[in-house]
Amino acid sequence: MTKSKSAYSTPSKLGKIDTHIIVVWVDNEASVLSRVVGLFSGRGYNIESLAVAEVDQKKSLSRITIVTTGTPQVIEQIVLQLKKLVPVHKVGNFKREDKNVIFKEMALLKIVANSSKIKEVLNACKKYNPVILDQTNKSAVIQITALRKEIDNVTKNLKPFGLVSASRTGAVAMTRGAEIFN
Amino acid sequence: MSKLFSGAEIVFKCLEDQKVEHIFGYPGGAVLPIYDELKNHPSIKHILVRHEQGAGHAAEGYARSSGKPGVVLVTSGPGATNVVTALTDAYMDSVPLVCISGQVPTHLIGTDAFQECDTTGITRPCTKHNWLVKDINDLPRIMHEAFEVATSGRPGPVLVDIPKDIQFAKAKYFKPKKEKKLKAKSLNAFKQSDIDKLVDLMKKASRPVFYTGGGVINSGPKASELLRELVSITGFPITSTLQGLGAYPGDDDHFLGMLGMHGTYEANNAMHDCDLLINIGARFDDRITGKIDEFSPKSKKVHIDIDPSSINKIIKVDLSIVGDVGDVIRFTSKTLKKKNLNLGKSNKEKISKWWKQIQKWRTKQSLNFVNSDKIIKPQHAVQRLYELTKNRDTYITTEVGQHQMWAAQHYKFNKPNRWMTSGGLGTMGYGLPAAVGVQVAHPEKLVVDIAGEASILMNIQEMSTAVQYNLPVKIFILNNKYMGMVRQWQELLHEKNYSESYSKALPNFVKLAEAYGCVGIKAEDPNELDEKIEEMINIDGPVIFDCHVDQDENCFPMIPSGKPHNQMLLGPKDQEENKITGKGKALV
Repeated sequence: MTKSKSAYSTPSKLGKIDTHIIVVWVDNEASVLSRVVGLFSGRGYNIESLAVAEVDQKKSLSRITIVTTGTPQVIEQIVLQLKKLVPVHKVGNFKREDKNVIFKEMALLKIVANSSKIKEVLNACKKYNPVILDQTNKSAVIQITALRKEIDNVTKNLKPFGLVSASRTGAVAMTRGAEIFN
Repeated sequence: MSKLFSGAEIVFKCLEDQKVEHIFGYPGGAVLPIYDELKNHPSIKHILVRHEQGAGHAAEGYARSSGKPGVVLVTSGPGATNVVTALTDAYMDSVPLVCISGQVPTHLIGTDAFQECDTTGITRPCTKHNWLVKDINDLPRIMHEAFEVATSGRPGPVLVDIPKDIQFAKAKYFKPKKEKKLKAKSLNAFKQSDIDKLVDLMKKASRPVFYTGGGVINSGPKASELLRELVSITGFPITSTLQGLGAYPGDDDHFLGMLGMHGTYEANNAMHDCDLLINIGARFDDRITGKIDEFSPKSKKVHIDIDPSSINKIIKVDLSIVGDVGDVIRFTSKTLKKKNLNLGKSNKEKISKWWKQIQKWRTKQSLNFVNSDKIIKPQHAVQRLYELTKNRDTYITTEVGQHQMWAAQHYKFNKPNRWMTSGGLGTMGYGLPAAVGVQVAHPEKLVVDIAGEASILMNIQEMSTAVQYNLPVKIFILNNKYMGMVRQWQELLHEKNYSESYSKALPNFVKLAEAYGCVGIKAEDPNELDEKIEEMINIDGPVIFDCHVDQDENCFPMIPSGKPHNQMLLGPKDQEENKITGKGKALV
């Protein structure tokens, strides 16, 4: 047996890593985002994507949606640590596989190509609610909303069709049905 | 229309309404308006330290020994960065601090102005919360909220950064709103059914142990009384973390001593072999658990803590009870009594076997050491200090290292709030300023900083503070001319390559004491030790006691690197055996 030279314990076996969507309602005040993000970086948690905006002007509340990965223990810690932050009101935690929750990301795609190719592009994006926001005779800016993986695929597949630039948001989430998250 | 006050006045009005009597600080350009206002508030005494880190640790000592929040006042830039170590220390050990820092005027923020730094950015990870006051009208609310956040739930440090123009600006003042509670962040969340489950587990257990921590101290002196009652009702053995010492009497028969890396053989083995582990206000620190995979493998685990994020963070538990530990203990005792479960008697048979096993472990006498009549053994020095001070109400602070562990092992505490040490962060240089803070809170009491010769030099400048305010702190240096704990690890783990751990060019501590205007005492002979300790105690003023101890002594017992609780090293001989025969042979 090799002798360890450290008094810190060696890491034990890792549990299964899942993807979760964490939704955080916070006071929209200075540096609140850096408190949330700093908690993630300081404790070594992942952030896959992040979306944040004010959702209630009157109460000055912002909603932060974070896609993260971790073992069940880490996810539990993320939720509990977030709840300890003073400007945090409530925290929602959903598994990516959760059928009761809708997740969506938006992307803006700039295509530089002739009109027939742009048509093909629109056709390829048919499933993802494409909207043409700008069009010239040799370019188009198309907005799509879809899941992360779908947008990943689309952007990969559209490269040969003249996709020159893609701008993406983080995921936002909403529960299905009439119920709201408390 | 109500009267308008300047920002500086508002700061003091808030401090008065929060019943603050002492603040620890150091002036500078960006806090001058606040310092200017000091003279108008005679109920608040300012203690001028010699370095802002000292202010932070002094406030920690003040808070931990009195149960009141410590208040720190520093200037912008270097003033704020110097206090970061103390804030982090307080964050790790859950000490309530309110730090007020000056900032450059609002219009200069972000311009790299003189003595500007991003104070709220730097202190964000080491405070419970912090505020940059950008509008004078927010100041009263923020000041009161700062005290609320620092002292509620799991206590901790907060910082309020006040730009200089805000200190001059004028606004209305209002008193703290009493009913305002911070959104359930500090509330008891447990139910009677949780307590019933705990009582049920206690009833079934045949090898139970209480593992208590600093949470019991933080819950207030009443919690310590309730803990004593709970132990006497149940008859269960009890062990404590470093921070929890004093919550239960150190000389009581139910007490197994401290647990963890340098804890006693009986405490660690009880943790390993128990079938019910009840954690009260401790956080499964890595110095406690040893190897996680083999931590207390046969036990049901219960965790009582006010901080929900402490639960299941390191060790998965079977029952968690979120709440103020004092309240949880009270409900548990009440339920035990109501159901007439005098466990101490009815379960005596069951537990008596467990106690027999514990007695067997105790016969190892793991804290023993070979004494000498030629050279002072550090353990002996702590034991003599204990014997000669135990009849007064003595407050002990420490620095960090071997001396700290020897103090924890050999000084027996009977009351809470008498033991101030840097546990989580392990800050060398903590003890002297902390002792200053303790002495400010308890001017008539004996306050001793058990120190090492390396640690003490990290904040030695605070001797001036002690002299200025006539604070008779006693600095008891266990001088082995080495950074002892570093040397010990180099001996055990790095083939005795004592890389940079020898304290060359040490000052003459007796002359140093005299230079500061206090008394220096040097002891080298075990036979004169008692007499000199008595001399130290009887001096009405600060003393530096330079106690020359055996340079080769190591701190045992010890859980070696990455090992579970039942594989302790009891002494140097054990280590040799362990090397040859490997895993498991050490003791069991």
